Amino acid sequence: MANPQELSRIASQVRRDIVRMVTTAKSGHPGGSLGITDVMTALYFNEMKHDPKTWTRDAKGQDAFIISAGHLAPVYYSVLARAGYFDPKELGTLRKFGSLLQGHPCVTDHLPGVFQSSGSLGQGLSCAAGIALGKKLDGAPERVYCLLGDGESEEGQIWEAGMWAAHHKLDNLIAFTDWNGQQIDGPVEAVGGVGDLRDKWTAFGWDVIEAEGHDFESILKAFELAHAADGKPKMILFHTEMGHGVDFMAGTHKWHGKAPSPEQCEEAMKQLEETLGDY
Amino acid sequence: MKKYKDQGKVDTRSGFGAGLVEAGRKDSRVVAMTADLKGSLKMDAFAAEFPDRFIQCGIAEANMVGVAAGLAITGKVPFIGSFAEFVTGRVYDQLRQEVAYGHTNVKIASSHAGITLGEDGATHQTMEDIALMRALPGMAVVVPCDYNQTKNATVAAAEWDGPVYLRFGRPSVPNFTEPDAPFEIGKVYVMNEGKDVSIITCGHLVWEALQAAEVLEAEGISAEVLNVATVKPLDEAAVVASLKKTGCAVVAEEHNAFGGLGEAVASVVAAKLPTPLEFVNGEDKFGQSGTPAELMKAWGFDASHLAEAAKKAIGRK
Repeated sequence: MANPQELSRIASQVRRDIVRMVTTAKSGHPGGSLGITDVMTALYFNEMKHDPKTWTRDAKGQDAFIISAGHLAPVYYSVLARAGYFDPKELGTLRKFGSLLQGHPCVTDHLPGVFQSSGSLGQGLSCAAGIALGKKLDGAPERVYCLLGDGESEEGQIWEAGMWAAHHKLDNLIAFTDWNGQQIDGPVEAVGGVGDLRDKWTAFGWDVIEAEGHDFESILKAFELAHAADGKPKMILFHTEMGHGVDFMAGTHKWHGKAPSPEQCEEAMKQLEETLGDY
Repeated sequence: MKKYKDQGKVDTRSGFGAGLVEAGRKDSRVVAMTADLKGSLKMDAFAAEFPDRFIQCGIAEANMVGVAAGLAITGKVPFIGSFAEFVTGRVYDQLRQEVAYGHTNVKIASSHAGITLGEDGATHQTMEDIALMRALPGMAVVVPCDYNQTKNATVAAAEWDGPVYLRFGRPSVPNFTEPDAPFEIGKVYVMNEGKDVSIITCGHLVWEALQAAEVLEAEGISAEVLNVATVKPLDEAAVVASLKKTGCAVVAEEHNAFGGLGEAVASVVAAKLPTPLEFVNGEDKFGQSGTPAELMKAWGFDASHLAEAAKKAIGRK
C-alpha cells in the first residue's frame, strides 16, 4: 500500500517521462496524459491487484485495465514501465519505427501489460465490460478498470456499454472519466456538450463517485468506494486539469495533441522533480 | 460427373444453429451472443442447453463486438450473431480495432447475407460484406454452401485459432453435402471434376453451379465445380490446378462486383495463370424487395445463367 507522498513522487517521474517521450517523438498527446497522471499512478501503484512478473493477457488471477482513450498512451506506457512491465529505456522509442510503443496502444507485438488495442474512441468500455463478464462467468473475484475521456463520452457506444453493463450488474467493473473539460477542438461544453456526467451515469444505473484527480487522498478514497459489491458498475468522475504539473501546459486544450520543443521540455523539467531516475 | 441429390431444402442459418450447439458441447469456452436476433440466428437451442453461455446484447451491435473481444481476452470463444449488414458494415471499425487489430478470438456469425434475404429489401441485403471482411488483416472468411456444410463450418470456426467471418443465409436452399463430411477452413472443395470450364463459387450458389454443370453436360460440355467455402485464406493452389485443366472459368457470388470472391480469384489468376474469366455478381448496385427466387433470377444467380456464362468463358479461350 503506497501512501500519498510516495505516489506523488512516482507521479512526478511519470510526468517527466511523458514530456520527454513526446518531445523526442515530436508528436503525441501530452496534455491529457499529464492530467490523468495522478489517477493512473494511484491505479497501478496502489489500487490494482497485478503483478508484472506473472502477468498474462487473459488477466487470470489479476485485475485488468483497458485504456479506452488510447491517445493517453504516454502516461500508460510510463506507468507500465515504472511498475515493472518493461524496461523504462523503451519509453524513448515512443512512436518510432519498429517500437513496441505504437502511437496508440497495440497488442500485436505483445507489449507486456497491454490487454487490448485502442485508439479509435468509444470502444474500450465495451471490451472492459466483456472482461468483467468473463470474470463473473468464471467466478473470478478480480476487478476490471477502464479509463474514458470526457470528450470521448460523446461517442454513442459508450452509452451502449453503459446500459449493458448496468443490465448485467457488473459491479466488478470500475470505469473512470478524465473529466478535464477539454478536447482537441476546445472546451468539451463548446464542442460536444456531454453535459452533466453525474446525472447521465446515474440515470444509466451506475454508482457515480466524484473525486479530485490531483488529490491522492481523494483518488484513493474514490477507488475504495468503488469496491462496493452492490450489483452496479462504478463510474468515478475525476476532476482533472489537462496539462497538470507543467505551468505553461496546464488548463488548456492547446497541448492535447502537440509536442513541446526541446526548450519547452527543458523548462518543464525544471518544474518536475526527477524521483526515480530518468530513462 | 458426380451427381448430387437435394436431401431437402433447409436454411443455412439452421445449420449454424445446429453447429453452434455441437461446438458448445465440444468446448465449454464457446459462448453465443446476439443483438436481439436470437430466433433469426437460430440460437434458441444453444440458449436452452447453455443458458449461462448465451449472452443477449440488445440492439447495440457495436457494444456486442467490444464485449465479445473482452470475453475472448478472458479465454472464451464468442460467436456474435446478427444480420450480415449489422455485424459487418455497422461495426466495421469495432471489428477492425477490437477483433482484428486486437487479435481476439471472436467468431462473426453473419446471417441473412446477400439479396436472398428477400422481402426486407436493400437496407438489410448486404452485398459488400465479404469485401469488408477480406480487407481485415488476419480475418478468415468462410462461406459454406448448405445446411450440412454450415453446421460443420461452425464447428471448424470454433476450433480455428483467430477471428472468423462465417457467412450464411435466410432462405431454404438445397442440402446436398454429406452430414459428416470433414470441413477444413482454407480448403477448396472440388465438387465435380471437368475439363472444359471451371465454375468457381461459394455459398448456396454452389448448388446452382452443380445444376449448371448438368445442363452443360447435356450439351457435351464438361464443367468443373469448385466450392470455395473459404474465401480467405484462399486455396490458391486448388484454383490454379483447376484452371490448368480447364483453361477458363466463371466466378459467381452473391456479392457485388468489388472485393469479393471474383476479385480474389482474379488476383490469383492474373499473377499465376492468366486465363479468361467471366464474372457473375451483384455488379455495382443495391438489391430490392422480392422473393429469393425472383431475386436469384433477376440477378442472374440461377443455374441457367451460370451455364450461359460458362459458355461465354469457353468462347474466349
